[in-house]
Amino acid sequence: MSHVLLRHRDIPNINRLDVYKKNGGFAAWKKAVTKMQPNEVTGVVKDSGLRGRGGAGFPTGMKWSFIDNKNWPHYVVANADESEPGTFKDREIMEGNPFQFLEGLALGSYAVGANAAYVYLRGEFWELAAFLDEKIAEMEEAGYLGENLFGTEYSLKIYTHLGAGAYICGEETALLESLEGKRGQPRVRPPFPPSYGLYGKPTIINNVETFTNVPAILANGADWYKSMGTMDSAGVKVFSLSGRVRKPGNYELPFGTTFRQLIYEHAGGVQEGRPVKAIMPAGASSSLIVVDDKVLDTPMDYATVRTLGADLGSASVIVLDDTVDIDWVINKTIKFFKHESCGKCTPCREGNYWMKHLTSRIHSGNGSKDDVDLLLNVAKQMQGKCLCALGEFSTMAVVTGIERFPQDFKKAVKA
Amino acid sequence: MSLEKTHPKEVKQILSKYPLEHKRSAVMPLLYLAQREEGFITKSAMQDIAQMLEMTETEVASIVGFYTLYHDEKAGKYRMQVCTDLPCALRGADEFLNNLCGNLGIKVGETTPDGLVTLEAVMCLAACDKAPMFQTQGPDGIKYHELMTVDRTMELIDALKQAEEK
Ligand SMILES: Cc1cc2nc3c(=O)[nH]c(=O)nc-3n(C[C@H](O)[C@H](O)[C@H](O)COP(=O)(O)O)c2cc1C
Ligand code: SF4
Ligand code: FES
Repeated sequence: MSHVLLRHRDIPNINRLDVYKKNGGFAAWKKAVTKMQPNEVTGVVKDSGLRGRGGAGFPTGMKWSFIDNKNWPHYVVANADESEPGTFKDREIMEGNPFQFLEGLALGSYAVGANAAYVYLRGEFWELAAFLDEKIAEMEEAGYLGENLFGTEYSLKIYTHLGAGAYICGEETALLESLEGKRGQPRVRPPFPPSYGLYGKPTIINNVETFTNVPAILANGADWYKSMGTMDSAGVKVFSLSGRVRKPGNYELPFGTTFRQLIYEHAGGVQEGRPVKAIMPAGASSSLIVVDDKVLDTPMDYATVRTLGADLGSASVIVLDDTVDIDWVINKTIKFFKHESCGKCTPCREGNYWMKHLTSRIHSGNGSKDDVDLLLNVAKQMQGKCLCALGEFSTMAVVTGIERFPQDFKKAVKA
Repeated sequence: MSLEKTHPKEVKQILSKYPLEHKRSAVMPLLYLAQREEGFITKSAMQDIAQMLEMTETEVASIVGFYTLYHDEKAGKYRMQVCTDLPCALRGADEFLNNLCGNLGIKVGETTPDGLVTLEAVMCLAACDKAPMFQTQGPDGIKYHELMTVDRTMELIDALKQAEEK
């Protein structure tokens, strides 16, 4: 089957404007601006069942319809912060198929009446930002961006903005603070960005992959999109597969593909033919899933993964084989979260400080059973008390690791 | 010297991205520009940027402190930042970094005696399928180096060294 998002794998040089155009590029954009009302664009996206690919799976069309039309101007922001350990899909999309992403961002901007859109990239994507700047300039030259597009009243500019190394800036309100030239710390919500966003103005924020779906949906129709995937989660998803598999990488597959198909059919199985011990389906923020045959045959969509006691998140699937100790895993994840906690609220800041102490003590063999109990207690105390989801994320692997893999911790404190 | 004098074109281009009344948004790109010169951001550069954007110096300094890609201290000309986060560590990143330390005769956080390379361990860089990997942060920006071996890394360092001597 040919790709919907990773089209550069089927069509060489699709990152060139002429090639993209020859393959149907910008047709949806032109049609939308010249023949459709903005709310019709939102309507098609709503009907398609597209859900946000940044982690939460929020229905995209519904989000767009929340834009406050009493307050102007409006802004649209593409979230290209991509910093969740295990996630590397947006980078491939932007490098390989940049125009489809930019066309999707433009369509989103038109749908909500924004004349300026920003792409917020993590600072490490320095070369990628320069590359996107070139692509944006080519679109301006070709008349796809700029003033009075296709002879209409509508104008749109797209700008890139580089972050500077802070995972929290992927959280949408922290991202907005950062874009405003402040420290990237989350805002208290409500109000939500569609009413109070960038510079206090109504703003729509979506993930890169979310936007990249939109041109295909407009071109082929909502029904076509819904014919892929599951009832719960329509369409295709780019799964970033990492860890102990033979062929790690991005795999674009319909929702409903099973873990087994992803790992064994597409990625060649586990290194050295070992068994899968655990899966983290949403990167370092995941709960740990204990893997057995039934789990491997579970279809991956938002609702079904939840029945395994985990979230699909941005579908950054990390595979752990039977040689991996879970106390080592959570020592790694907590090192990450301790480093990335923005420090704004006490439960997350202090909780991660203590979890870091305890996980490294346990992992280094100097811990006791009481340390494990205390660690579990600290993590559970944090849950439900943090200002943003980062605090919550930091507890997931710890709690599920200790509860679902008690033998690993027994071994760690005895040794 | 003010950035407006040394890099007038870049400054103008950066400021044009944001609404006039929100020029504070330009603080991050301007800090990158300032950092290009010496590999870290000097106090006078922070003053300059504060003045340009009508911010206080403390506000600018707090931004430098918040984001890990800004530095307020001199280090090696190139920062070699090896990802040792969970997915990379599952594919040998910790061993790679250890061996690299051995080869260079320095510890993580230290700089080679010639001042060329500072070795650092960093969090996920969105290249988890291409471990071991690192980025170099230097005068020419940030570059990714993926699926690396210690030998190839040593060759890269030699190439940097030779470019230096020219
Ligand atoms: C700590 C944290 C980090 C996040 N990082 C990202 C990210 O790197 N990219 C992203 O698209 N969304 C990220 N999100 C989710 C965003 O807050 C937001 O929900 C998303 O960009 C909305 O886009 P979507 O509806 O298209 O998914 C993060 C959330 C949290 C709490
Ligand atoms: S939960 Fe953590 S990251 Fe989120 S606001 Fe609080 S301290 Fe910052
Ligand atoms: S964990 Fe190293 S790049 Fe993602």
